[in-house]
Amino acid sequence: MSENKYIDEATGTETVGHEWDGIEELDTPMPRWWVWTFYLTIIWAIGYVIMYPAWPMLNSATEGVLGWTSRGELAKEMDLREKELEPIRAAMVATDINEVAANEELRNQAINGGASAFKVHCVQCHGSGAAGFKGYPNLNDDDWLWGGDLETIEYTLVHGIRQPDHADTRFSQMPAFGRDGMLQSNEIQDVVSHVRVLQGDEKASAASQRGAALYSANCVICHGENGEGDRFQGAPNLTDKISLYGRDRASLTETITNSRYGVMPRWNTRLDPATIRMLAIYVHSLGGGEAAPQPEQSAEADAGDEQS
Amino acid sequence: MNSPKEILDDELKLYEARKAVHPQRIDGTFRRLKWAIMAVTLAIYYITPWIRWDRGPYAPNQAVLVDLANRRFYMFGIEIWPHEFYYVAGLLVMAGIGLFMVTSAIGRAWCGYACPQTVWTDLFQHVDRFVDGDRNARMRLDKAPWTASKISKRLFKWGIYLFIAFWTGGAWIMYFADAPTLFVDFWTGNAAFVAYTTVGILTATTFIFGGFMREQVCVYMCPWPRIQAAMMDEKSLQVTYKDWRGEKRGSVKKAQKNPEEFGDCVDCNQCVAVCPTGIDIREGPQIGCITCALCIDACDRVMGEVGRPRGLIDYVTSDDAEAERAGKETQPAWKNLLRVRVFIYFAVWAGIGLAMLFALGNRTRLDLAVQHDRNPVFVQLSNGDIRNTYTAKIRNMENRPREMDVAISGLANATMWEGGTTRPDQQTTLRIKVPADTVAKLKLFIATPESTSERDEFEMTVQGVDDEAPTDTEELFFERPKN
Repeated sequence: MSENKYIDEATGTETVGHEWDGIEELDTPMPRWWVWTFYLTIIWAIGYVIMYPAWPMLNSATEGVLGWTSRGELAKEMDLREKELEPIRAAMVATDINEVAANEELRNQAINGGASAFKVHCVQCHGSGAAGFKGYPNLNDDDWLWGGDLETIEYTLVHGIRQPDHADTRFSQMPAFGRDGMLQSNEIQDVVSHVRVLQGDEKASAASQRGAALYSANCVICHGENGEGDRFQGAPNLTDKISLYGRDRASLTETITNSRYGVMPRWNTRLDPATIRMLAIYVHSLGGGEAAPQPEQSAEADAGDEQS
Repeated sequence: MNSPKEILDDELKLYEARKAVHPQRIDGTFRRLKWAIMAVTLAIYYITPWIRWDRGPYAPNQAVLVDLANRRFYMFGIEIWPHEFYYVAGLLVMAGIGLFMVTSAIGRAWCGYACPQTVWTDLFQHVDRFVDGDRNARMRLDKAPWTASKISKRLFKWGIYLFIAFWTGGAWIMYFADAPTLFVDFWTGNAAFVAYTTVGILTATTFIFGGFMREQVCVYMCPWPRIQAAMMDEKSLQVTYKDWRGEKRGSVKKAQKNPEEFGDCVDCNQCVAVCPTGIDIREGPQIGCITCALCIDACDRVMGEVGRPRGLIDYVTSDDAEAERAGKETQPAWKNLLRVRVFIYFAVWAGIGLAMLFALGNRTRLDLAVQHDRNPVFVQLSNGDIRNTYTAKIRNMENRPREMDVAISGLANATMWEGGTTRPDQQTTLRIKVPADTVAKLKLFIATPESTSERDEFEMTVQGVDDEAPTDTEELFFERPKN
């Protein structure tokens, strides 16, 4: 053994045994503290492998005796956050939605909570800025098919639109005048002309005169004498500047021929009441929200009864 | 050439064990100056957080407060918000340049007198002297075996170290919260965890740096002595042993016998004995010299006793040292201060200071930042109007709630209203209330009739009702769909 050892004279340290033109490389041993730290890390690693998920297997990793998972940690954090939010959620549904919105702190919490729920559940149709697309209403504007006060918005969210399995859903049904043969195509063009006059996009003409007569016979019952619509039935106002499915001749022809049936899920089967309420307050805050309708005399009397 | 044997001398190792420094008591001009500076700096450090300053009911009444939790920095009449942090940065730049200025003029004065490491080391060395006696007694005790009396003395001394260290850390945290409240909270166990951690860390560092590492911090750890070498020049004051006057060293008796051969230095070693960093100044300028000038005091006293003129060790510039060595006339001290380099440093230092004062005097305590909502950029309303939405942040930096007007101008037939309210017919000014020391966030809707213009420029201003003019203006765009 000793023959194989090369000791550097000057330092007394072993060399690696090679020599290049008189230059040798010292084989200085690692410092003791370093070596011990290294051994400790190995011991630590053994414990770590036993305690925590470590070896990758085909479908998942070995589990570790502590049962720790990053998903589990996330779930814990989410639960913790849910618990923190519990009182706010409770406050959301404790009273009337108008009272919730009147409380500035709750209103701000609802708007923030609603904005994040909106990003998960609503943006697919209404867009991330709630500006909608053709056939999907813009929630920023002041035009509402069913009404824009808090209670009405909440009702629409809870019960959805055209949910066939649900009795309380919003359901408006315009006949497919062309497809079902109720109007001939030239008659439809006349009605289109009249609607465009109502919209303010065309001037009155012979065609629109004929269309007006057809309108009186077929459309007035829902859209009203002057095309002002009827929120009770979900019939759109034809005189404003906003048209859900387009206001040019081709779009209107399509609408009258085949009708349009937009749908929205009823959210009470998917979301809890607090989230729905927050969504309603958020949508109401986007700029088109309307004040609650004035209570009638009888309603006041009822309130008086409750108090007594 | 050195042989390997010489290089590998047993004495020469990678690390040199520290030789304990036991400075001797000394009194003199510079020692008194050091006492005074120590008293002033420690007083500033301990008293400042306890000074009260009335800011009214909406702000803390502590004169100097770094309120990290609420992101405010209070310094007497000045309150700094996070976006005004450049004032703090400016102060730090001034401190840096001030240090350069002092160094180029009078050398390592910071190191010698004002650096916390110096002040606290000095304090701890006084503790040593108080517990163990002066230099010789301490050296004896150091070598003595660990008897019960030595152990008790050491424990007592370290106890005092720990006491000082604890109060050093304890005073630090008072700058970060209301001092009287924090003091009570701290002792009743109600203070924030970070308060205890901070005190713990600072106690440990003070105990170790002041009690044990001392001059090693200056010599090995601190970057400033290295940087200083680049700051100093031949006209910077440094503590100099006048070897041309002192050499050859010899006792008074020897010198009396042979006055021609011997210089003024009587080789009494007092300059070494009093040195707090344990160097021999007679070896010339060196990194261990923090220019505390205690050796000057010591040498002056000895020179006085042996009846020779003072100043064998003195503050001298290296230019003057050259001149004096050659027997030429030296500059008066004030001339060393008045030179271009010092003036340039002073001009930069004062310039930053004046600029900051000017900015402070002119800063407004109310401002406006507006963001145009991009999603969607515009909304068409049922009557054809176009509406844009803006998020305005109004910063009321005064310590009182204020009423203010947010107004728009330059947009034809526009009306503006706040989110959550109903649209008015015609309104271009909103009166809002912003609580004291708060940023108010407003959602603002602005609507105009349809127009062929795709983009109109307009202005939004904010003005306190008791202000004469708007204090901040934002130039904004109003956008409409393409026709």
